[in-house]
Amino acid sequence: MTATARATASRRTAGHYRFRQVARMEWIKLRTLRSTWWTLAITGAGAVAMAVAIGINTRSPRGDLTNNALAGVVPGLLLTGVLGVLVVTSEYTSGLIRGTLAAVPRRPLVLAAKAAVFAGTTLLVGEAASFTAFFAGGAALRQGIAAPALTQPGVLRAVVLSGASFCLIGLLGLGLGAIIRHTAAAVGALVGGVWILTAIAAGVAPGAAAYLPVIIIGNSLSATRPENCPAHAAQCPHILSPWAGLGMLSLYAAIALAAGGWLLTRRDA
Amino acid sequence: MIETRGLTKRYGPVLAVDALSFDIRPGVVTGFLGPNGSGKSTTMRMILGLDRPDAGSARVGGRRYHDLAWPLRTVGALLEGRAFHPGRSARGHLAALAASNAIPARRVDEVLALVGLTGAAGRRAGKFSLGMTQRLGIAAALLGDPEVLLLDEPVNGLDPEGIRWIRDLMRTLAGQGRAVLVSSHLISEMALTADRLIVIGQGRLLADTTVAALSARSASLEDAFLELTAGTAGYRGRPA
Ligand SMILES: Nc1ncnc2c1ncn2[C@@H]1O[C@H](COP(=O)(O)OP(=O)(O)OP(=O)(O)O)[C@@H](O)[C@H]1O
Ligand SMILES: [Mg+2]
Repeated sequence: MTATARATASRRTAGHYRFRQVARMEWIKLRTLRSTWWTLAITGAGAVAMAVAIGINTRSPRGDLTNNALAGVVPGLLLTGVLGVLVVTSEYTSGLIRGTLAAVPRRPLVLAAKAAVFAGTTLLVGEAASFTAFFAGGAALRQGIAAPALTQPGVLRAVVLSGASFCLIGLLGLGLGAIIRHTAAAVGALVGGVWILTAIAAGVAPGAAAYLPVIIIGNSLSATRPENCPAHAAQCPHILSPWAGLGMLSLYAAIALAAGGWLLTRRDA
Repeated sequence: MIETRGLTKRYGPVLAVDALSFDIRPGVVTGFLGPNGSGKSTTMRMILGLDRPDAGSARVGGRRYHDLAWPLRTVGALLEGRAFHPGRSARGHLAALAASNAIPARRVDEVLALVGLTGAAGRRAGKFSLGMTQRLGIAAALLGDPEVLLLDEPVNGLDPEGIRWIRDLMRTLAGQGRAVLVSSHLISEMALTADRLIVIGQGRLLADTTVAALSARSASLEDAFLELTAGTAGYRGRPA
Protein backbone atom coordinates (compact mmCIF):
# COMPACT_ATOMS: atom_id res chain seq x y z
CA MET A 1 0.00 0.00 0.00
CA THR A 2 1.24 3.50 -0.71
CA ALA A 3 1.09 6.23 1.88
CA THR A 4 -1.92 7.83 0.23
CA ALA A 5 -3.75 4.52 -0.07
CA ARG A 6 -3.19 3.94 3.61
CA ALA A 7 -4.36 7.42 4.49
CA THR A 8 -7.66 6.78 2.71
CA ALA A 9 -7.94 3.36 4.31
CA SER A 10 -7.65 4.81 7.79
CA ARG A 11 -10.01 7.63 6.90
CA ARG A 12 -12.60 5.01 5.96
CA THR A 13 -12.62 3.61 9.49
CA ALA A 14 -14.10 6.73 10.92
CA GLY A 15 -14.67 7.38 14.57
CA HIS A 16 -12.68 6.49 17.60
CA TYR A 17 -12.24 3.51 19.87
CA ARG A 18 -14.94 3.47 22.47
CA PHE A 19 -16.08 1.53 25.49
CA ARG A 20 -17.50 -1.22 23.29
CA GLN A 21 -14.16 -2.06 21.67
CA VAL A 22 -12.28 -1.90 24.96
CA ALA A 23 -14.86 -4.11 26.68
CA ARG A 24 -14.49 -6.65 23.86
CA MET A 25 -10.73 -6.71 24.45
CA GLU A 26 -11.25 -7.26 28.16
CA TRP A 27 -13.80 -10.00 27.56
CA ILE A 28 -11.38 -11.84 25.26
CA LYS A 29 -8.64 -11.48 27.88
CA LEU A 30 -10.88 -12.85 30.63
CA ARG A 31 -12.25 -15.79 28.69
CA THR A 32 -8.95 -16.88 27.12
CA LEU A 33 -7.40 -17.63 30.52
CA ARG A 34 -8.20 -21.09 31.77
CA SER A 35 -7.62 -19.94 35.35
CA THR A 36 -10.72 -17.71 35.10
CA TRP A 37 -13.00 -20.68 34.56
CA TRP A 38 -11.28 -22.88 37.11
CA THR A 39 -11.59 -20.23 39.76
CA LEU A 40 -15.25 -19.56 39.04
CA ALA A 41 -16.06 -23.28 38.92
CA ILE A 42 -14.39 -23.91 42.28
CA THR A 43 -16.18 -20.90 43.77
CA GLY A 44 -19.57 -22.21 42.67
CA ALA A 45 -18.86 -25.82 43.58
CA GLY A 46 -17.59 -24.79 47.01
CA ALA A 47 -20.71 -22.78 47.79
CA VAL A 48 -22.97 -25.66 46.75
CA ALA A 49 -20.95 -28.29 48.63
CA MET A 50 -21.06 -26.25 51.80
CA ALA A 51 -24.82 -25.76 51.48
CA VAL A 52 -25.31 -29.52 51.13
CA ALA A 53 -23.03 -30.29 54.07
CA ILE A 54 -24.88 -27.83 56.30
CA GLY A 55 -28.25 -29.05 55.06
CA ILE A 56 -27.44 -32.67 55.92
CA ASN A 57 -26.29 -31.68 59.40
CA THR A 58 -29.24 -29.44 60.23
CA ARG A 59 -31.20 -30.96 63.12
CA SER A 60 -33.64 -28.22 64.01
CA PRO A 61 -36.10 -26.39 61.77
CA ARG A 62 -35.59 -23.21 63.76
CA GLY A 63 -33.04 -20.68 62.71
CA ASP A 64 -32.50 -19.08 59.32
CA LEU A 65 -32.25 -22.04 56.97
CA THR A 66 -31.76 -19.74 53.98
CA ASN A 67 -28.81 -18.11 55.69
CA ASN A 68 -27.40 -21.58 56.40
CA ALA A 69 -27.70 -22.64 52.78
CA LEU A 70 -25.83 -19.48 51.74
CA ALA A 71 -22.97 -20.00 54.21
CA GLY A 72 -20.65 -21.14 51.44
CA VAL A 73 -20.72 -17.70 49.88
CA VAL A 74 -18.27 -16.12 52.30
CA PRO A 75 -15.33 -18.51 51.74
CA GLY A 76 -15.94 -18.39 47.98
CA LEU A 77 -15.58 -14.63 48.04
CA LEU A 78 -11.89 -15.05 48.62
CA LEU A 79 -11.55 -16.65 45.19
CA THR A 80 -13.53 -14.05 43.25
CA GLY A 81 -11.74 -11.33 45.19
CA VAL A 82 -8.37 -12.74 44.17
CA LEU A 83 -9.59 -13.17 40.60
CA GLY A 84 -10.50 -9.47 40.62
CA VAL A 85 -7.04 -8.56 41.91
CA LEU A 86 -5.43 -10.64 39.16
CA VAL A 87 -7.45 -8.97 36.40
CA VAL A 88 -5.22 -5.95 36.98
CA THR A 89 -2.05 -7.18 38.68
CA SER A 90 -1.37 -10.00 36.19
CA GLU A 91 -1.01 -7.30 33.53
CA TYR A 92 1.68 -5.61 35.56
CA THR A 93 3.44 -8.89 36.35
CA SER A 94 3.50 -9.95 32.71
CA GLY A 95 4.15 -6.53 31.16
CA LEU A 96 0.90 -6.74 29.19
CA ILE A 97 -0.24 -3.48 30.78
CA ARG A 98 2.01 -1.58 28.38
CA GLY A 99 0.42 -3.27 25.38
CA THR A 100 -3.02 -2.57 26.80
CA LEU A 101 -2.37 1.09 27.49
CA ALA A 102 -0.66 1.60 24.14
CA ALA A 103 -3.77 0.17 22.47
CA VAL A 104 -6.10 2.24 24.65
CA PRO A 105 -4.34 5.35 25.94
CA ARG A 106 -7.48 6.65 27.64
CA ARG A 107 -6.80 4.82 30.84
CA PRO A 108 -10.04 5.31 32.78
CA LEU A 109 -11.75 3.55 29.88
CA VAL A 110 -9.49 0.52 30.38
CA LEU A 111 -10.36 0.24 34.06
CA ALA A 112 -14.06 0.83 33.40
CA ALA A 113 -14.11 -1.90 30.75
CA LYS A 114 -12.22 -4.32 32.99
CA ALA A 115 -14.63 -3.65 35.85
CA ALA A 116 -17.74 -3.95 33.68
CA VAL A 117 -16.71 -7.22 32.02
CA PHE A 118 -15.58 -8.72 35.30
CA ALA A 119 -18.71 -7.55 37.10
CA GLY A 120 -20.99 -9.01 34.44
CA THR A 121 -19.25 -12.36 34.50
CA THR A 122 -19.07 -12.71 38.28
CA LEU A 123 -22.63 -11.50 38.71
CA LEU A 124 -23.94 -14.24 36.42
CA VAL A 125 -21.75 -16.92 37.96
CA GLY A 126 -22.43 -15.65 41.50
CA GLU A 127 -26.21 -15.71 41.06
CA ALA A 128 -26.06 -19.18 39.52
CA ALA A 129 -23.95 -20.37 42.47
CA SER A 130 -26.21 -18.72 45.02
CA PHE A 131 -29.45 -20.15 43.62
CA THR A 132 -27.92 -23.61 43.16
CA ALA A 133 -26.61 -23.55 46.73
CA PHE A 134 -29.99 -22.45 48.04
CA PHE A 135 -31.87 -25.27 46.32
CA ALA A 136 -29.20 -27.89 47.01
CA GLY A 137 -29.06 -26.89 50.68
CA GLY A 138 -32.85 -27.15 50.92
CA ALA A 139 -32.90 -30.52 49.18
CA ALA A 140 -30.27 -31.86 51.57
CA LEU A 141 -32.38 -31.18 54.68
CA ARG A 142 -33.57 -34.30 56.51
CA GLN A 143 -37.17 -35.43 56.43
CA GLY A 144 -39.39 -33.40 58.68
CA ILE A 145 -37.55 -30.15 58.12
CA ALA A 146 -39.24 -28.06 55.45
CA ALA A 147 -36.92 -26.46 52.95
CA PRO A 148 -37.20 -22.67 52.70
CA ALA A 149 -39.02 -21.38 49.63
CA LEU A 150 -38.23 -18.34 47.52
CA THR A 151 -41.75 -17.06 48.16
CA GLN A 152 -41.19 -16.74 51.91
CA PRO A 153 -40.41 -13.25 53.21
CA GLY A 154 -36.83 -12.11 52.58
CA VAL A 155 -35.69 -15.37 51.01
CA LEU A 156 -35.45 -14.30 47.38
CA ARG A 157 -33.73 -11.10 48.48
CA ALA A 158 -31.17 -13.03 50.51
CA VAL A 159 -30.38 -15.40 47.65
CA VAL A 160 -30.06 -12.61 45.07
CA LEU A 161 -27.95 -10.35 47.27
CA SER A 162 -25.65 -13.22 48.24
CA GLY A 163 -25.09 -13.93 44.56
CA ALA A 164 -24.25 -10.27 43.98
CA SER A 165 -21.67 -10.23 46.77
CA PHE A 166 -19.20 -12.24 44.64
CA CYS A 167 -19.23 -9.47 42.09
CA LEU A 168 -18.88 -6.70 44.68
CA ILE A 169 -15.94 -8.30 46.50
CA GLY A 170 -14.41 -9.06 43.09
CA LEU A 171 -14.66 -5.39 42.15
CA LEU A 172 -13.11 -4.44 45.48
CA GLY A 173 -10.23 -6.76 44.59
CA LEU A 174 -9.98 -5.28 41.10
CA GLY A 175 -9.78 -1.77 42.53
CA LEU A 176 -7.16 -2.82 45.08
CA GLY A 177 -5.21 -4.44 42.25
CA ALA A 178 -5.21 -1.15 40.35
CA ILE A 179 -4.09 0.74 43.44
CA ILE A 180 -1.36 -1.67 44.54
CA ARG A 181 -0.32 -3.32 41.23
CA HIS A 182 1.55 -6.21 42.90
CA THR A 183 -0.37 -9.46 43.22
CA ALA A 184 0.86 -10.58 46.62
CA ALA A 185 0.49 -7.17 48.24
CA ALA A 186 -2.97 -6.61 46.75
CA VAL A 187 -4.19 -10.06 47.83
CA GLY A 188 -2.76 -9.30 51.27
CA ALA A 189 -4.67 -6.04 51.42
CA LEU A 190 -7.87 -7.77 50.30
CA VAL A 191 -7.60 -10.60 52.82
CA GLY A 192 -6.48 -8.20 55.53
CA GLY A 193 -9.25 -5.72 54.83
CA VAL A 194 -12.06 -8.18 54.31
CA TRP A 195 -11.29 -11.03 56.68
CA ILE A 196 -8.65 -10.17 59.25
CA LEU A 197 -10.02 -6.72 60.00
CA THR A 198 -13.36 -8.38 60.61
CA ALA A 199 -11.89 -10.76 63.16
CA ILE A 200 -10.13 -7.93 64.95
CA ALA A 201 -13.08 -5.55 64.89
CA ALA A 202 -15.42 -8.20 66.23
CA GLY A 203 -13.32 -8.29 69.39
CA VAL A 204 -12.27 -4.66 69.71
CA ALA A 205 -15.18 -2.61 68.41
CA PRO A 206 -18.31 -4.72 67.94
CA GLY A 207 -20.23 -1.64 66.80
CA ALA A 208 -17.94 -1.14 63.81
CA ALA A 209 -18.09 -4.81 62.83
CA ALA A 210 -21.47 -4.27 61.18
CA TYR A 211 -19.77 -2.21 58.48
CA LEU A 212 -17.19 -4.82 57.54
CA PRO A 213 -17.68 -6.76 54.32
CA VAL A 214 -17.79 -10.27 55.77
CA ILE A 215 -20.30 -9.28 58.44
CA ILE A 216 -22.40 -7.43 55.88
CA ILE A 217 -22.48 -10.44 53.60
CA GLY A 218 -22.95 -13.07 56.30
CA ASN A 219 -25.44 -11.21 58.48
CA SER A 220 -27.16 -8.59 56.32
CA LEU A 221 -27.20 -9.74 52.71
CA SER A 222 -27.65 -13.48 53.17
CA ALA A 223 -30.06 -13.31 56.12
CA THR A 224 -33.82 -13.31 55.76
CA ARG A 225 -34.43 -11.41 59.02
CA PRO A 226 -31.29 -9.37 59.59
CA GLU A 227 -32.81 -6.71 61.85
CA ASN A 228 -34.58 -9.19 64.02
CA CYS A 229 -33.44 -9.33 67.61
CA PRO A 230 -34.84 -11.83 70.08
CA ALA A 231 -37.49 -10.22 72.27
CA HIS A 232 -36.07 -8.68 75.50
CA ALA A 233 -32.49 -9.24 74.33
CA ALA A 234 -30.14 -7.45 76.67
CA GLN A 235 -27.78 -6.65 73.85
CA CYS A 236 -28.91 -6.52 70.29
CA PRO A 237 -25.96 -6.82 67.92
CA HIS A 238 -25.91 -3.94 65.50
CA ILE A 239 -26.45 -5.26 61.96
CA LEU A 240 -27.06 -3.26 58.81
CA SER A 241 -30.25 -3.80 56.86
CA PRO A 242 -29.74 -5.77 53.61
CA TRP A 243 -30.06 -2.70 51.41
CA ALA A 244 -27.81 -0.58 53.58
CA GLY A 245 -25.34 -3.46 53.51
CA LEU A 246 -25.53 -3.63 49.73
CA GLY A 247 -24.94 0.12 49.56
CA MET A 248 -21.98 -0.14 51.91
CA LEU A 249 -20.32 -2.93 49.86
CA SER A 250 -20.93 -1.04 46.64
CA LEU A 251 -19.38 2.02 48.21
CA TYR A 252 -16.24 0.08 49.17
CA ALA A 253 -15.88 -1.24 45.62
CA ALA A 254 -16.56 2.20 44.14
CA ILE A 255 -13.96 3.88 46.34
CA ALA A 256 -11.33 1.26 45.47
CA LEU A 257 -12.09 1.56 41.74
CA ALA A 258 -12.09 5.35 41.78
CA ALA A 259 -8.77 5.46 43.63
CA GLY A 260 -7.34 2.83 41.28
CA GLY A 261 -8.51 4.76 38.22
CA TRP A 262 -7.08 7.99 39.54
CA LEU A 263 -3.70 6.38 40.21
CA LEU A 264 -3.74 4.58 36.86
CA THR A 265 -3.96 7.86 34.97
CA ARG A 266 -1.25 9.49 37.04
CA ARG A 267 1.43 6.81 37.20
CA ASP A 268 3.85 5.60 34.56
CA ALA A 269 2.89 2.24 33.11
CA MET B 1 5.79 11.38 11.55
CA ILE B 2 7.22 11.50 15.07
CA GLU B 3 8.48 14.72 16.58
CA THR B 4 9.95 15.03 20.03
CA ARG B 5 10.67 18.45 21.49
CA GLY B 6 12.69 18.87 24.63
CA LEU B 7 11.62 15.46 25.87
CA THR B 8 12.87 15.00 29.42
CA LYS B 9 12.39 12.23 31.97
CA ARG B 10 13.80 11.90 35.43
CA TYR B 11 13.55 8.80 37.64
CA GLY B 12 14.54 9.98 41.09
CA PRO B 13 18.20 10.95 40.82
CA VAL B 14 18.58 9.54 37.30
CA LEU B 15 18.10 11.90 34.39
CA ALA B 16 17.10 9.21 31.88
CA VAL B 17 16.21 11.49 28.95
CA ASP B 18 17.52 15.02 28.74
CA ALA B 19 15.83 17.59 26.49
CA LEU B 20 15.70 15.29 23.48
CA SER B 21 14.43 16.73 20.19
CA PHE B 22 14.34 14.83 16.91
CA ASP B 23 12.09 14.03 13.96
CA ILE B 24 11.41 10.55 12.59
CA ARG B 25 10.55 10.71 8.90
CA PRO B 26 8.30 8.45 6.89
CA GLY B 27 9.82 6.23 4.21
CA VAL B 28 13.08 5.54 6.01
CA VAL B 29 14.43 3.24 8.68
CA THR B 30 15.88 5.30 11.51
CA GLY B 31 18.31 3.53 13.81
CA PHE B 32 18.20 4.56 17.46
CA LEU B 33 21.58 3.99 19.06
CA GLY B 34 23.11 4.59 22.43
CA PRO B 35 24.96 2.76 25.20
CA ASN B 36 23.10 0.76 27.86
CA GLY B 37 20.98 3.02 30.01
CA SER B 38 21.21 5.96 27.62
CA GLY B 39 17.42 6.37 27.51
CA LYS B 40 16.29 4.67 24.29
CA SER B 41 13.56 2.54 25.82
CA THR B 42 12.41 5.40 28.02
CA THR B 43 12.10 7.64 24.96
CA MET B 44 10.00 5.04 23.18
CA ARG B 45 7.70 4.65 26.21
CA MET B 46 7.21 8.41 26.32
CA ILE B 47 6.33 8.51 22.61
CA LEU B 48 3.66 5.88 23.37
CA GLY B 49 2.29 7.86 26.27
CA LEU B 50 3.22 5.11 28.73
CA ASP B 51 5.62 7.24 30.75
CA ARG B 52 4.80 10.88 31.35
CA PRO B 53 7.61 13.27 30.40
CA ASP B 54 8.75 15.73 33.05
CA ALA B 55 9.16 18.29 30.27
CA GLY B 56 8.76 18.49 26.54
CA SER B 57 6.44 16.56 24.28
CA ALA B 58 6.21 13.85 21.66
CA ARG B 59 3.80 13.91 18.75
CA VAL B 60 2.81 11.34 16.17
CA GLY B 61 1.59 12.78 12.88
CA GLY B 62 1.08 16.07 14.67
CA ARG B 63 -1.07 14.63 17.45
CA ARG B 64 -0.42 13.56 20.99
CA TYR B 65 -0.45 9.77 21.23
CA HIS B 66 -3.23 10.05 23.78
CA ASP B 67 -5.46 11.70 21.17
CA LEU B 68 -5.08 9.09 18.41
CA ALA B 69 -8.40 7.70 17.23
CA TRP B 70 -7.13 4.16 16.63
CA PRO B 71 -3.66 3.99 18.22
CA LEU B 72 -2.74 0.50 16.99
CA ARG B 73 -3.59 1.43 13.42
CA THR B 74 -1.27 4.41 13.60
CA VAL B 75 1.64 3.19 15.70
CA GLY B 76 2.85 -0.38 16.18
CA ALA B 77 5.35 -0.97 18.95
CA LEU B 78 7.60 -3.73 20.15
CA LEU B 79 8.77 -2.82 23.62
CA GLU B 80 11.56 -4.15 25.77
CA GLY B 81 10.65 -7.26 27.71
CA ARG B 82 7.57 -9.43 27.55
CA ALA B 83 4.18 -7.89 27.08
CA PHE B 84 1.79 -10.83 27.18
CA HIS B 85 0.17 -13.02 29.81
CA PRO B 86 2.01 -16.36 29.97
CA GLY B 87 -1.23 -18.32 30.28
CA ARG B 88 -2.83 -16.95 27.15
CA SER B 89 -2.29 -18.34 23.67
CA ALA B 90 -0.59 -16.23 21.02
CA ARG B 91 -3.88 -16.09 19.12
CA GLY B 92 -5.87 -15.05 22.19
CA HIS B 93 -3.36 -12.34 22.99
CA LEU B 94 -3.47 -10.87 19.49
CA ALA B 95 -7.26 -11.23 19.26
CA ALA B 96 -7.68 -9.17 22.44
CA LEU B 97 -5.43 -6.39 21.17
CA ALA B 98 -7.13 -6.43 17.77
CA ALA B 99 -10.58 -6.07 19.35
CA SER B 100 -9.57 -2.91 21.18
CA ASN B 101 -8.94 -1.09 17.90
CA ALA B 102 -11.68 -2.76 15.84
CA ILE B 103 -9.11 -4.62 13.76
CA PRO B 104 -10.78 -7.52 11.90
CA ALA B 105 -10.13 -10.95 13.39
CA ARG B 106 -8.63 -12.32 10.16
CA ARG B 107 -5.74 -9.89 10.58
CA VAL B 108 -4.67 -11.97 13.60
CA ASP B 109 -4.07 -15.00 11.40
CA GLU B 110 -2.35 -12.82 8.82
CA VAL B 111 0.23 -11.47 11.25
CA LEU B 112 0.71 -14.91 12.82
CA ALA B 113 1.57 -16.25 9.38
CA LEU B 114 3.77 -13.25 8.66
CA VAL B 115 5.96 -13.87 11.73
CA GLY B 116 5.88 -17.65 11.30
CA LEU B 117 3.89 -18.50 14.41
CA THR B 118 0.84 -20.08 12.77
CA GLY B 119 1.82 -23.52 14.07
CA ALA B 120 2.21 -22.26 17.63
CA ALA B 121 -0.79 -19.93 17.67
CA GLY B 122 -2.81 -22.07 20.07
CA ARG B 123 -0.01 -22.72 22.56
CA ARG B 124 0.39 -20.82 25.81
CA ALA B 125 2.74 -17.95 25.07
CA GLY B 126 4.49 -18.43 28.43
CA LYS B 127 6.12 -21.54 27.02
CA PHE B 128 7.56 -19.76 23.98
CA SER B 129 11.31 -19.54 23.36
CA LEU B 130 13.00 -16.14 23.35
CA GLY B 131 12.84 -15.84 19.58
CA MET B 132 9.19 -16.92 19.46
CA THR B 133 8.43 -14.34 22.14
CA GLN B 134 10.05 -11.71 19.98
CA ARG B 135 8.09 -12.82 16.93
CA LEU B 136 4.85 -12.55 18.91
CA GLY B 137 5.81 -9.00 19.88
CA ILE B 138 6.50 -8.15 16.24
CA ALA B 139 3.14 -9.66 15.25
CA ALA B 140 1.43 -7.39 17.79
CA ALA B 141 3.27 -4.36 16.38
CA LEU B 142 2.11 -5.18 12.85
CA LEU B 143 -1.48 -5.94 13.84
CA GLY B 144 -2.95 -2.57 12.93
CA ASP B 145 -0.98 -2.18 9.69
CA PRO B 146 0.42 1.02 11.22
CA GLU B 147 2.12 3.96 9.56
CA VAL B 148 4.70 4.18 12.32
CA LEU B 149 6.72 1.34 13.84
CA LEU B 150 8.70 1.59 17.05
CA LEU B 151 10.87 -1.48 17.55
CA ASP B 152 13.01 -1.76 20.67
CA GLU B 153 15.79 -4.25 19.94
CA PRO B 154 13.73 -6.43 17.62
CA VAL B 155 16.59 -8.76 16.65
CA ASN B 156 17.07 -9.79 20.28
CA GLY B 157 16.93 -13.58 20.36
CA LEU B 158 16.18 -14.07 16.69
CA ASP B 159 18.02 -16.77 14.74
CA PRO B 160 20.06 -15.81 11.63
CA GLU B 161 17.09 -16.44 9.38
CA GLY B 162 14.96 -14.31 11.69
CA ILE B 163 17.50 -11.48 11.69
CA ARG B 164 17.54 -11.37 7.93
CA TRP B 165 13.77 -11.58 7.87
CA ILE B 166 13.29 -8.62 10.23
CA ARG B 167 15.86 -6.62 8.28
CA ASP B 168 13.97 -7.21 5.04
CA LEU B 169 10.67 -6.54 6.79
CA MET B 170 11.82 -3.16 8.10
CA ARG B 171 13.17 -2.16 4.68
CA THR B 172 9.90 -3.20 3.05
CA LEU B 173 7.81 -1.29 5.59
CA ALA B 174 9.89 1.84 5.09
CA GLY B 175 9.69 1.34 1.32
CA GLN B 176 5.90 1.48 1.65
CA GLY B 177 6.21 4.95 3.10
CA ARG B 178 6.06 4.09 6.78
CA ALA B 179 8.25 5.55 9.48
CA VAL B 180 10.38 2.92 11.24
CA LEU B 181 12.34 3.67 14.41
CA VAL B 182 14.48 0.76 15.55
CA SER B 183 16.85 0.59 18.49
CA SER B 184 19.70 -1.87 18.43
CA HIS B 185 23.16 -2.49 19.81
CA LEU B 186 24.26 -4.36 16.72
CA ILE B 187 26.03 -1.63 14.80
CA SER B 188 26.81 -3.82 11.83
CA GLU B 189 23.14 -4.74 11.63
CA MET B 190 22.18 -1.07 11.69
CA ALA B 191 24.67 -0.38 8.92
CA LEU B 192 22.71 -2.84 6.78
CA THR B 193 19.22 -1.80 7.81
CA ALA B 194 19.06 1.89 8.66
CA ASP B 195 19.11 4.96 6.45
CA ARG B 196 19.33 7.49 9.24
CA LEU B 197 20.69 7.30 12.77
CA ILE B 198 19.87 9.01 16.01
CA VAL B 199 22.57 8.52 18.61
CA ILE B 200 22.04 9.40 22.25
CA GLY B 201 24.22 9.23 25.33
CA GLN B 202 23.07 9.83 28.91
CA GLY B 203 19.72 10.90 27.52
CA ARG B 204 21.15 13.63 25.30
CA LEU B 205 21.20 13.80 21.53
CA LEU B 206 24.70 13.15 20.19
CA ALA B 207 23.99 12.80 16.47
CA ASP B 208 21.04 12.96 14.10
CA THR B 209 22.47 12.04 10.75
CA THR B 210 22.65 9.48 7.96
CA VAL B 211 24.44 6.17 8.22
CA ALA B 212 26.76 7.22 5.42
CA ALA B 213 27.70 10.51 7.08
CA LEU B 214 28.43 8.90 10.45
CA SER B 215 30.45 6.05 8.88
CA ALA B 216 32.55 8.60 7.00
CA ARG B 217 33.69 10.15 10.31
CA SER B 218 35.87 7.16 11.19
CA ALA B 219 37.26 3.84 9.98
CA SER B 220 33.93 2.13 10.45
CA LEU B 221 30.44 2.86 11.73
CA GLU B 222 31.31 1.02 14.92
CA ASP B 223 34.42 3.15 15.46
CA ALA B 224 32.46 6.31 14.78
CA PHE B 225 29.77 5.24 17.26
CA LEU B 226 32.28 4.44 19.98
CA GLU B 227 34.10 7.73 19.51
CA LEU B 228 30.83 9.60 19.61
CA THR B 229 29.59 7.93 22.79
CA ALA B 230 32.95 7.77 24.56
CA GLY B 231 32.54 9.18 28.04
CA THR B 232 28.77 8.87 28.05
CA ALA B 233 28.52 5.14 28.75
CA GLY B 234 27.46 4.79 32.36
CA TYR B 235 27.85 1.04 32.52
CA ARG B 236 30.93 -0.52 31.01
CA GLY B 237 33.08 -3.52 31.74
CA ARG B 238 36.79 -3.60 32.40
CA PRO B 239 39.21 -5.21 29.96
CA ALA B 240 39.81 -8.82 31.02
N1 LIG C 1 10.91 2.72 35.48
C1 LIG C 1 12.14 3.18 35.80
N2 LIG C 1 12.41 3.52 37.07
C2 LIG C 1 13.62 4.00 37.41
N3 LIG C 1 14.63 4.17 36.56
C3 LIG C 1 14.42 3.84 35.27
C4 LIG C 1 13.17 3.33 34.82
N4 LIG C 1 13.26 3.09 33.50
C5 LIG C 1 14.50 3.44 33.13
N5 LIG C 1 15.21 3.89 34.19
C6 LIG C 1 16.59 4.40 34.15
O1 LIG C 1 16.67 5.30 33.09
C7 LIG C 1 17.89 5.15 32.39
C8 LIG C 1 17.58 4.89 30.92
O2 LIG C 1 17.07 3.57 30.78
P1 LIG C 1 16.56 2.98 29.40
O3 LIG C 1 15.98 1.65 29.70
O4 LIG C 1 15.71 3.97 28.74
O5 LIG C 1 17.94 2.82 28.62
P2 LIG C 1 18.22 2.10 27.23
O6 LIG C 1 18.92 3.09 26.37
O7 LIG C 1 17.00 1.50 26.68
O8 LIG C 1 19.25 0.97 27.66
P3 LIG C 1 19.50 -0.51 27.06
O9 LIG C 1 20.33 -0.31 25.83
O10 LIG C 1 20.28 -1.20 28.12
O11 LIG C 1 18.18 -1.12 26.78
C9 LIG C 1 18.65 4.04 33.09
O12 LIG C 1 19.55 4.64 34.01
C10 LIG C 1 17.58 3.29 33.83
O13 LIG C 1 18.09 2.71 35.01
MG1 LIG D 1 16.41 -0.42 26.31
